[in-house]
Amino acid sequence: MSVIIKLQSIFAGRKLAALGALWLCLVMFAAIAAPVLAPFDPLEIDPVMRLSEPGAPYLFGTDHFGRDTFSRALFGARMAITIGVGSVLIALVFGGLIGMLSAYFTTLGHLLMRGVDVLMAFPALLMALILMTLLERSVANTIIVIGVVYATTTARILFGMTLKLKNDVFIDAARCSGAGHLSLLFRHILPNLISPLLVQATFIFAFAQLQAAALDFLGLGLPPEVASWGNMLSQERIYVTRAPWLLLWPGALIILTVFSMNLVGDAMRDSLDPRFKDDIAGV
Amino acid sequence: MLAYIFKRILTLVPTLVAASILVFMFIHLIPGDPAAVLLGDTATPEEIAALTHEMGLDRPIWQQYIAWFSNVLKGDLGESLFFKTPVLTVIADGAETSILLALMTMFWIVLLGIPIGIWSATHHGTWIDQVTSGLAMLFASIPTFWLGLYLILIFAVGLGWFPSSGFPSLSDGGLSNLRYLLLPSLTLAAPNAALIVRLVRASMLDVSREDHVRTARAKGLSPAKVAIKHVFRNSLIAVTAAFGFTFAALISEAVVTETVFSLPGIGRLVVQSILRRDYPVIQGVILVIVVLYMVVNLLVDLAYARLDPRVSLQ
Repeated sequence: MSVIIKLQSIFAGRKLAALGALWLCLVMFAAIAAPVLAPFDPLEIDPVMRLSEPGAPYLFGTDHFGRDTFSRALFGARMAITIGVGSVLIALVFGGLIGMLSAYFTTLGHLLMRGVDVLMAFPALLMALILMTLLERSVANTIIVIGVVYATTTARILFGMTLKLKNDVFIDAARCSGAGHLSLLFRHILPNLISPLLVQATFIFAFAQLQAAALDFLGLGLPPEVASWGNMLSQERIYVTRAPWLLLWPGALIILTVFSMNLVGDAMRDSLDPRFKDDIAGV
Repeated sequence: MLAYIFKRILTLVPTLVAASILVFMFIHLIPGDPAAVLLGDTATPEEIAALTHEMGLDRPIWQQYIAWFSNVLKGDLGESLFFKTPVLTVIADGAETSILLALMTMFWIVLLGIPIGIWSATHHGTWIDQVTSGLAMLFASIPTFWLGLYLILIFAVGLGWFPSSGFPSLSDGGLSNLRYLLLPSLTLAAPNAALIVRLVRASMLDVSREDHVRTARAKGLSPAKVAIKHVFRNSLIAVTAAFGFTFAALISEAVVTETVFSLPGIGRLVVQSILRRDYPVIQGVILVIVVLYMVVNLLVDLAYARLDPRVSLQ
């Protein structure tokens, strides 16, 4: 019940954000049910049918290998969710821990946050490119690289928010009643940061999609055989004059998903505790 | 103010040294023996041993770093494996394109981002505001390369108004060559101008709730005068502060844009060097970009302190 009330307060008077949330549910559904929904095998090659126009039986047409674009788009949703959720988890867990510990233990914080400053001296995509040079192209490595890049921003944000909380009266009270460091950090401070963390997660998810698509496009992201929206764009772009729809579908899917995530994040940020609103770096 | 500038520059030194260590370590983090990696598959063990000695890889790592760093200070970033010329020359060759692209992009960002942001904020709550901030968010959600590909498809391939790729230097062809950069700069400006629209709008709304704005309104100034002189000018402080972030986004997206439009700039150089495994060039470009980014952040901080004197007193 309280979840419904919370959702109502977030989306009340924000029809566009509610539509965005609906679209994200649809992407989630496509990702889970891709093997059932897809009319064709996303990897099956049929040279006779290459570059077919959209229509029956190929809803979105076929690519230059004759693979069904609709089926590939469905499996691409699966990749989008995997990359989004994976990099959000890495960014929040590592960045969150570094930020919270740095704010709580001052001496350690000086050291860790200087490290974060140094990493932030590298622009995001450049950092991701450097790391991808050192690693092999794989789904796991792409997730790790994007996660690490956004862990630095998350660390800085959580650092600021933990600093604001750690001298609050309720923390003093908990400390006086005998709570240890671990209990203070994870039972008293962390629960207060869950909402801002969720908002931050939506923005990281959105950025991660754009970042992953850019890496795919540059040929330094997911392995070429993986059906992802970024790979679909990157591999079919030379056929754009003959088959413009090949760029339209995956592009539209990326844009809709990122836009929806940004809308939802924006709506959630507005319902946040005003103390933390300015800390979140979103669109 | 002078003391503040000095302090700011001083705090930059440790970060710069640490970043340079990371950049230096890059060559050593590549899986395998650096000398063997640099020489490629066809190298004999003797050649590898010779290069190992020449590069000083048989010395302790801190000595290697000091040797490398003192070379960097002298402007020697090593030699490109692909071009067989000094890395600094390779980077300098791409500088013209990248700098011109950056300038044209900034021109669009300022020309589009700021007026639309003001327009949106002064019409807060109306459909104008809803449409402009919605569109701004939409443009911030478009992958740069996708926009670039469609601009090429429509304006270069379809209508034939602009060239689709490449950029001949201004020295052969004059200023009219800037038309090669029109589509790339618009591509690069779109997501960033969108961010500036949202930023100008948000900070103007913040400022307009402050007391001095109420006073300005109460003494009977026209709404336009209040919006520009009292609200917009103060909101520029927040916009200035965000400029460092915009610059980083620009660098990242320039890498993609220059690749889409095949521009001979530094961004495309990074990608091609990675694909060619030209490690000295990758290392050199990263170092140059990181230093540039730090300088931009320093200038942003100083400008911020100049605009808001409270900062330097803290």
